Amino acid sequence: MVVKYRILSNTHIAKDIYEMCLSGNTEKITNSGQFINIQLDGFFLRRPISVCDITDDGLIIIYKILGDGTRYMSTLSAGDKLDAVTGLGNGFDIKKSGNKPLLIGGGVGVPPLYLLAKRLIAVGKTPSVILGFGCADEVFYKESFEALGCETVVTTVDGSMGVKGFVTDAVKGFDYDYIFTCGPPLMLKAVYDKTQTDGQFSFEERMACAIGACMGCTCRTKKGYKRLCKDGPVLSREEIIWE
Amino acid sequence: MGVDISVSLSGLTLDNPVIPASGCFGYGKEFSELYDINILGSFSIKGTTKHPRFGNPTPRIAETPSGMLNAVGLQNPGIDVVATNHLAYMGRYFNKKVIANISGFSIEEFVYCAQKLDSIEQIGIIEVNISCPNVHGGGIAFGTDANSAAEVTRAVKAVTKKPIYIKLSPNVTDITEIAVACENAGADGLSLINTLLGMRIDLKKRRPLLANKTGGLSGPAVFPVALRMVYQVYEAVKIPIMGMGGISSAADVIEMMMAGASAVQIGAATLKNPYICKEIIERLPLEAERLRITNLKDIIGVAHL
Repeated sequence: MVVKYRILSNTHIAKDIYEMCLSGNTEKITNSGQFINIQLDGFFLRRPISVCDITDDGLIIIYKILGDGTRYMSTLSAGDKLDAVTGLGNGFDIKKSGNKPLLIGGGVGVPPLYLLAKRLIAVGKTPSVILGFGCADEVFYKESFEALGCETVVTTVDGSMGVKGFVTDAVKGFDYDYIFTCGPPLMLKAVYDKTQTDGQFSFEERMACAIGACMGCTCRTKKGYKRLCKDGPVLSREEIIWE
Repeated sequence: MGVDISVSLSGLTLDNPVIPASGCFGYGKEFSELYDINILGSFSIKGTTKHPRFGNPTPRIAETPSGMLNAVGLQNPGIDVVATNHLAYMGRYFNKKVIANISGFSIEEFVYCAQKLDSIEQIGIIEVNISCPNVHGGGIAFGTDANSAAEVTRAVKAVTKKPIYIKLSPNVTDITEIAVACENAGADGLSLINTLLGMRIDLKKRRPLLANKTGGLSGPAVFPVALRMVYQVYEAVKIPIMGMGGISSAADVIEMMMAGASAVQIGAATLKNPYICKEIIERLPLEAERLRITNLKDIIGVAHL
């Protein structure tokens, strides 16, 4: 469904990273890991952005300035309206999780893991968290995960905060029986290679309709072709084919 | 009061001229979950080929000024699966006649698809896509040569009782030449235009943005081009035209009909706003009334002297 959200705040929280609080209907958003598809004045295609948190009267999204569309988004301010198709994608399935889940996020792959962490905590499976960034300037939401009670480790490529290196350099320090991960493709592949437990991987792709009609974001899986917007963006380890 | 917005295509009466275009509406299922799609005039199903196709690698989509590029490459499960699954169950959420879009890499493949669809009651029109710019060695190759276009038309016409509409490519020097060739070969109507061949380059990667390198341009950017081609083809042929290319409002629908379209298809706009066809259908009588149109059929080709 299409919802006209009202922007409550649009805050710069890290290098090129903005947190936007929206007021409006969230009834179609049932799982963490789902996304909304946002219309922006002057741009033809909508921008798919994952849901970071559900609030009392709306939701929070976090986005990075990666092009003209997200740069325009960063200029919007409180009171502005935002037209979005909501409740898109399958999201994470927490029923499949083990008792000791590990969440691994990279860059703007971090936001959907926040709502996921809250949902896991609600069913008594408090996760551990690894957040990977390029440098200290880019780090966000470390304290938010810690405030939930999650053991949280930050990695930075240049070592300016936390563990120096990549998220996979921090994995061996954890006792876990299941992983949930979201981040850039190379990170997902590295996590896939360096972990052995079952897990769920959230992918991104350029999309047009984002409702499963246009076949713009199809990938091959061991369970057939899947539309990342509708059958994903979350895929299980056992179905992923790397191309 | 009361504007008649019904139209007619080769003996088929449509409640209104609004038809979601092939490739932008799947088989209708996803949209039927958003609104009752029985309000549509009809819709054109995702392009279907004889054999199943994965299509092109991703990225398949790129944004452009006032539009988009796609290079999906005819991903579909093949005509047998479409006939026995998708079309067989369509009646559960769509009870009108549907337009079946077929494509192929040889005349034999077009013929196979048309034969397979001939006995399916729900199909009102077979739309023969000889203009897909995103597949290699087929598709558009048939649509850029008048003799080949005529040959496909004749072959398909010979194996089906359904009306056949040939979907034309704008990527030609003279679209009227192809249109006339199809008419002379027995086409019942024409669909135009398919997408315009385009490309974009990823500045950071210094490579084409689409994995297929090129893609088909659609959206409001192409509307004036589509309008011009419908206008030209209307003067060259007598068979009905389904006009498409960048239509995104009720006013666009009327403009395209004034150029000569008997009905219209809406593609890229449905990807941007999944409710656009519903909104246009609701708006159409009001827009017509504003322009003192009492019967939409009266304005078909009215822009011609």
